[in-house]
Amino acid sequence: MSAPAHASAHHAPSGFWRKYVFSLDHKVIGIQYYFLGLFSVFLGMSLSLLMRFHMVNPEAKVSWFAKLWPTAAAGGIMTPELYLSLMTMHGTIMVFFVLTTVPQSGFGNYFLPIQIGAEDMAFPVLNMMSFWTTFLALVVMVSAFFVQGGAPLAGWTAYPPLSGAGRITGPGEGMGQTLWIISIAIFCGASLMGAINFIATTVDLRCKGMKLMRMPLTCWTWLVTAILGLLGFAVLLAAGVLLILDRVAGSSFFLPSGLFISDQIIANHKGGSPLLWQHLFWFFGHPEVYIAILPGMGVTSHLLATFARKPIFGYKAMVYAVLAIGFLGFLVWGHHMFMSGMNPYSAMAFSVLTMCIGVPSAIKTFNWIGTLWGGKIHFTTAMMFALGFVSLFISGGLSGIFLGQPALDLYFHDTYFVVGHFHMIMGVAAIFGMFAGTFYWFPKMFGRMMNETLGKIHFYLTFLGVYGIFTPMHYVGIVGNPRRYSDFSNVEYLAGVIPVHQFMTYCAYVTVAAQIIFVVNLFWSIRKGPKAPVNPWNATSLEWTIPSPPPFDNFAGVHPVVYHGPYEYSVPGVERDFIMQTDAPNPVPAEG
Amino acid sequence: MGMAGSLTHESIQGPPPPPIEGGWGDGDGGNEGRGSSRRASFTGLWVLLAASTMVFAAFTSAMVVRRGLSDDWASTPKPPILFLNTAVLLLSSAALDMARRALKAGARERFNTWWTTGTVLGFLFLGGQTIAWLQLKDAGVFISTNPSSSFFYVLTACHAFHLLGGLCALLYVDVQALRLRLGPAKRTAIDISAIFWHFLDGLWLYLMVLFYVWG
Repeated sequence: MSAPAHASAHHAPSGFWRKYVFSLDHKVIGIQYYFLGLFSVFLGMSLSLLMRFHMVNPEAKVSWFAKLWPTAAAGGIMTPELYLSLMTMHGTIMVFFVLTTVPQSGFGNYFLPIQIGAEDMAFPVLNMMSFWTTFLALVVMVSAFFVQGGAPLAGWTAYPPLSGAGRITGPGEGMGQTLWIISIAIFCGASLMGAINFIATTVDLRCKGMKLMRMPLTCWTWLVTAILGLLGFAVLLAAGVLLILDRVAGSSFFLPSGLFISDQIIANHKGGSPLLWQHLFWFFGHPEVYIAILPGMGVTSHLLATFARKPIFGYKAMVYAVLAIGFLGFLVWGHHMFMSGMNPYSAMAFSVLTMCIGVPSAIKTFNWIGTLWGGKIHFTTAMMFALGFVSLFISGGLSGIFLGQPALDLYFHDTYFVVGHFHMIMGVAAIFGMFAGTFYWFPKMFGRMMNETLGKIHFYLTFLGVYGIFTPMHYVGIVGNPRRYSDFSNVEYLAGVIPVHQFMTYCAYVTVAAQIIFVVNLFWSIRKGPKAPVNPWNATSLEWTIPSPPPFDNFAGVHPVVYHGPYEYSVPGVERDFIMQTDAPNPVPAEG
Repeated sequence: MGMAGSLTHESIQGPPPPPIEGGWGDGDGGNEGRGSSRRASFTGLWVLLAASTMVFAAFTSAMVVRRGLSDDWASTPKPPILFLNTAVLLLSSAALDMARRALKAGARERFNTWWTTGTVLGFLFLGGQTIAWLQLKDAGVFISTNPSSSFFYVLTACHAFHLLGGLCALLYVDVQALRLRLGPAKRTAIDISAIFWHFLDGLWLYLMVLFYVWG
């Protein structure tokens, strides 16, 4: 139980189960999270592909649709209900099991302890439980596809009454929706465990000299993300408990009286408030956006400095901006509810607070550009994805300013404008952060280098592809194309945008195909990539002081001591153009 | 090895570290090995308490909103046994603290007695809560009867769920104590479970006020 105070190497467990499955090692757990996310992202992407296919071919008869979904796609034609269930599961899997899981639990688990000079997370057993609980949540979520009625169709936001009134509201609203809520509740538990570990590790396990203001910005974003997760998922858990009680115990937290669904009066519920769910959900839901994007910001900051060979511009400003974004993130949930008939004064308050987030966001963007300015930029694949992140963050952020205005949001809210906005800023930007992290840290994680040529082809196709998919969505949204509809081929005023939809679908095909290049590169490099040196990028943080891949206890029993900040590049008068965090303080050379 | 900046003994055993500013966790080398240290355990506890507080804050705000929004709120009759339960829970907390004092004074046997008393009282509280639920059930008050009763059941069940976790911790310490295995590492477990238990105490008092004022 108690940790030894002296420096000695710890040995890895030798049994298969302890080493690879129920491992307590944060590095193994990080990789487990990564592959859980990789599976989930392909599942979620397949669902979106089906949706994009259906949107431009609503009449198509596909024989294997009928085999997969004998009732929901009888005769091979996708029903609107099936479309909605694909949409629900796409959003849910992507938000929870990809965007929440990989940047934080995957990379964070692997690199937070190493970057702060710790041997492991503070609570390794809790860490293992957190992963396997997440895994269980994923199993429960995916099982919703296979129960009677299929997957739920209330969207990833699960608004009642649709999500609360049971089977009568749609085929997936029976068992499928119940499993959805159970899965999310389990996921909340897993995220809370993870958050406790991340916070305790960052606060208490930093090595000698690793002051808070010497932590790499990645660690700062993981810390703030953990705090957001802690406060946000606790509220979602409470909301989920209430929602499931409405479904199975006959309570009326969210279900109002006088509901009339599918030609039937719902008599056993009264007095509940669907808006109450929206408040609770978005109190979690808006911080969730930052849970998805903050780690990407950290990775981007880290990489821009490394590959521009310059100190990050305004390190402290970056830290305070992350803290400000995290704090303000809890005050703006109402901007998701401008449509709900809220008091205009409340809407104005939420709107002003939302605009305030533009300030720290702009600080980050200017500082990224300031970091690049005049730098000797090394265009590695990792760097290009980090630059892509900046691009997507700006593009997606700008449309957010429009949506933050209540008057404009009333028009845009249920259109593709919103779909384009949140995919750019929350979806694709975060995914670019993950790609950047993958290409940057792969040598450390697997001891081999990834192929740069394949990486760049993958980058260009993906970058052009996602802009091709999501930029036109803003345009069709302005035209008034509603979202969540499975078929608008017979809508007169939308006839003109059908070719635009076809273009987006083609772009989606190209983008998805490009991801195969990534997967091939990933798995080929794990087995056959050239051996990675200790510090292939000439970077300064602690993970680049230890072998690739690192030994079981990271620092082989020695306790590193940190003397420098994390971004000491192009230091005048230094032989190499950088100073490692563990390098001896200038100018006295270490003896020996 | 020859790689730039690799971790060598020179860099580790080099000159002493620069002076370190104080404040909230300043990287002063508290990290002394794999796994949890006492300090990290306490941080983890405070963070856990923050999460639990958020869960109850969410329930409370839902209750306040639900009560204010509709006209179907009818106060739930509270079983009087709740007051007895409150006393039992407070006593169990007091017993745990007596145990901790005994341990500080080096009186291990007294520790065992007090800690066991606290644990038993904890179970008694849970039993009392079960009686309260049964009494409500016999009176025909179920979770779906009224929003007020819905919240009563949700909040008490959520509290009981936390309590079960707390009881596991108390029981663990008790078993270790009775087997005379209270090393220094177990002191952390003692302090953590006692603080968690006091938190559940405070939480219950808050819930009582909530039930009698707004329930």
